Amino acid sequence: MTSLVEQPLVTRARNTDLLEVRQLVVEYGFGVRPARAVDGVDFAIREGEVLGLAGESGCGKTTIANAVMQILRPPGRIAGGSILFEGEDIVGKSTEELRRYRWRNVSMVLQSAMNALNPVMRVGDQFVDTVQAHEKIDRRRAIARAGELLELVGIDARRVSSYPHQLSGGMRQRVVIAMALALEPELIILDEPTTALDVVVQREILQQVDALKRDFGFAVLFITHDLSLLLEFADRIAIMYAGEVVETAPAERLGVNPQHPYTQGLLKSFPPLRGPLVPLTGIPGSPPDLRDPPTGCRFHPRCPHCLPEQAELYRRQTTERPRLRVVEEGHEVACHLVAEAGE
Amino acid sequence: MTAAAPLEVRSLTKRFPLGSGIRRPQVHAVDDVSFELRPGTITALVGESGSGKSTVARLLAHLYEPTAGKVLFEGNDVTHVRKRRDVLRYRSQVQIIFQDPFGSLNPVKTVRHHLERPVRIHHIVPSHEVEQRVHELLRRVGLVPPEDIAAKYPHELSGGQRQRVAIARALAVEPKVVLADEPISMLDVSIRIGVLNLMSRLKEEHGIAFLYVTHDLASARYVADDILVMYAGQIVEHGPIEGVLSNPLHPYTRLLLAAVPDPTTKTEGQQIALARGQSSAAVDPAAGCRFRERCPLAIDICSSVTPELVEAQPHHSARCHVTAPAPAT
Repeated sequence: MTSLVEQPLVTRARNTDLLEVRQLVVEYGFGVRPARAVDGVDFAIREGEVLGLAGESGCGKTTIANAVMQILRPPGRIAGGSILFEGEDIVGKSTEELRRYRWRNVSMVLQSAMNALNPVMRVGDQFVDTVQAHEKIDRRRAIARAGELLELVGIDARRVSSYPHQLSGGMRQRVVIAMALALEPELIILDEPTTALDVVVQREILQQVDALKRDFGFAVLFITHDLSLLLEFADRIAIMYAGEVVETAPAERLGVNPQHPYTQGLLKSFPPLRGPLVPLTGIPGSPPDLRDPPTGCRFHPRCPHCLPEQAELYRRQTTERPRLRVVEEGHEVACHLVAEAGE
Repeated sequence: MTAAAPLEVRSLTKRFPLGSGIRRPQVHAVDDVSFELRPGTITALVGESGSGKSTVARLLAHLYEPTAGKVLFEGNDVTHVRKRRDVLRYRSQVQIIFQDPFGSLNPVKTVRHHLERPVRIHHIVPSHEVEQRVHELLRRVGLVPPEDIAAKYPHELSGGQRQRVAIARALAVEPKVVLADEPISMLDVSIRIGVLNLMSRLKEEHGIAFLYVTHDLASARYVADDILVMYAGQIVEHGPIEGVLSNPLHPYTRLLLAAVPDPTTKTEGQQIALARGQSSAAVDPAAGCRFRERCPLAIDICSSVTPELVEAQPHHSARCHVTAPAPAT
């Protein structure tokens, strides 16, 4: 690359996790009762890995994405912990440093990608804006590059001169994915990238992301509420509940051997498309208010294994916060029941 | 089937004009759709966005006027009823539940208000029994204790609870038919099953005929007895749900099935061919099969002759020249 191309904030250092989030705490609001949307979350993403982050609405998964991208807006703020990108903490970096970090190191595809595009700008010009913010490149070459990127995601290069409303929802989502690739970042955050799309389009897009990942070698933080999707597309899955990570495991292991009662309940919430049908129960109750989360294990009011009859266990479940414990290599669970079994 | 179908539609058609001008193009949102809803049966209506499935539900709820075709309620033609009394009578038998439980309840009114109104408007019970009736409805949809819930405002309820209130409101008039338009797609995963189970229970205990509009095949399989698959305004496949899902005839149904995430296979196992051509909404469609541009099985005839819905197997029909050819005449 020429000297005209700016240096990314962080350059490669081997043998570290690409992204490491340590004890991250994000709060919304101030005063005596701020809502802790993310409360002491740890996870890491290795190079080229797809990490799935699953949980229900309000569990803090999108807040994590915004924190990693450093686009939290007041009243949201990082109240503790660190976010290490290739070993360097990006919490508290200056605006200029963050400008170089965003899109060069980490890019993001939002849930409402339909609305992420400017409706009165041609698709190609939106690429030019993105690329010129980081590189000295003339318009003609930037447009040509946009065309190549569109071809990569299966859209005719001539579409650079289309306006967003001339594209279908699936095509718009692909345009946004192509833009996320424009500066070849090491990590792409997909925040519910296909929730608004039909299943057929969803599969097409995920297949493409998978193929692009093989070519470009980027890592993915894939955020969704649809656990069945992650079981198929992610390498590793972290399950979030009420601002905490309650279980992480390789995808194939989580699917067959979930340990946390919440994960078990989530998996039992998806009726199967094939094989025998059994009555399902889902999970009784609903997720807690984060301004006033339950004491002890946050899942205990909905947990089928939290019974007052087992007095000692019950006391711990309702007063002690379970820590993530390793139950097997790469498989961590935050549950009093599982801790009991391991000790 | 001995019981008469409470609701039957014949050749239902709805076209929406696009833009302005003398020869305006028309979206064929619903095109020649026929089916019946039977008591104690859940019929799933499945299709992608823009396929016309919600339009069908709205036509049945009398929210749109059909361009052509008939809606029969217990054998009577109710397609063009206009008089307030007749519309009320129809709506007391056919109720609709919408996708968004946040938008379908009035934020400044209590749950009690929402449930009282239909009971009073339709004179379901004498005034002094209304309160009791409201509590009974809440209990029926699993919202307990009803005294507490009735006094709450929508913002004090979770999404799942709100959708249950919407269901209770639909049940307030003791309808024979309930049209559920994507009732779970905006709810959290862990509480969706509860709403589906509630539908199953109401179907069994009260013999309600449900039309379950959804894009989610797995949930359709979980609750429904029959399935209608829609593509570009037309029914392309129709039959008992297990039969259709285990042996799909129409190539579109097959594509849908292949696209659903399946945790048991990793990505490499199941690749679908990328779509060629554009999907669904049919604007002034030409003759021929509307799926042909995306179809792996397409043959010459598909681009010239519109296939008919043919009963290829007992009770199982499809609209395809290749997999369900019309019997030779």
